[in-house]
Amino acid sequence: MAKVLVVTSGKGGVGKTTSTAALGAALAQMGGKVVVVDFDVGLRNLDLVMGAERRVVFDLINVVQGVAKLSQALIRDKRLENLWLLPASQTRDKDALTEEGVGSIIADLRTRFDWILCDSPAGIERGATLAMRYADEAVVVTNPEVSSVRDSDRIIGMLDSKTVKAEKGERVEKHVLITRYDSGRASRGEMLSIDDILEILATPLLGIIPESQDVLLASNVGSPVTLNNAASAPARAYVDAARRLMGETVPMVVPVERKGLMDRLLGRRAA
Amino acid sequence: MKNLLRLFNGRTASAPVARERLQILLAHERSSRGQPDLLGVLRAEILAAVSRHITLDPDKVIVRMDRGQHVSTLEVDIEVPNGFERSLAAAG
Repeated sequence: MAKVLVVTSGKGGVGKTTSTAALGAALAQMGGKVVVVDFDVGLRNLDLVMGAERRVVFDLINVVQGVAKLSQALIRDKRLENLWLLPASQTRDKDALTEEGVGSIIADLRTRFDWILCDSPAGIERGATLAMRYADEAVVVTNPEVSSVRDSDRIIGMLDSKTVKAEKGERVEKHVLITRYDSGRASRGEMLSIDDILEILATPLLGIIPESQDVLLASNVGSPVTLNNAASAPARAYVDAARRLMGETVPMVVPVERKGLMDRLLGRRAA
Repeated sequence: MKNLLRLFNGRTASAPVARERLQILLAHERSSRGQPDLLGVLRAEILAAVSRHITLDPDKVIVRMDRGQHVSTLEVDIEVPNGFERSLAAAG
């Protein structure tokens, strides 16, 4: 049965789009048929992070308005044949999305895919509420930093009240994904620890993505980090998180960078 | 152990401060959630109650909440036009 998963956070810049691309690619590599849907109308970026920016012809708004068919707007990934992208519109604004329109697209996607990953825009306005509206599960992306944790708490409250599932008296299954984590700084008491964040948010942990240069390198070339450098610490952490989404029990470890000899000699930081 | 680290680092651990600030803040925010704009509701009801007796400029009704550590105060500031006694008498 298809699962609709929203990747959300409230705060901007914490890694929603990076995480959507990485988790989507990891789930597809494990054999699921996956679509990643960009809900950031007017500020789309999932196409860029996925390396499909030059192949966008039709978008989510075109489908909502009946200008294009869903099959015309879906873009198949060039690396993984069971990974697809539904881009957002770059020229329209969020008001072009309607609840009914999004509902019918999600219902259609449910018949075609195993996983529907909705990349939410930042904020708590229309785009963000529509991205979470039909979700079965939610990944709340959180940085170990006070403003991000506060916004995540707000979003968790919305997932429990503003979703279709919540209104029916059911529960959206929520997970916290901690990104940009620096275990060195946390152990020195300079950064909120995993335990601090989980205790405050009272939501189960999906994974810990270490702060890493590989994330920027992957977005530079338009590739999900799990595909661009599968051996890198963030890629391994995202694959572990994807396996947990599939229901596997995977021990929670923070993958560390494997430093090469040259890195050590030059004293490059792993950050 | 933390103190020992501090000695070597020359820096204080700030994460416990972050944690405590968040816990206090979120306790407040969670309790006010689901009650959309409490102050707005109070203001509208106070305005309606007073307007039954005195003609008021709605912009001159200010309702403010100050959160303290132990008690909070609700401040209601209503500017009443001169000569309101006459409208009271007329209504009476």
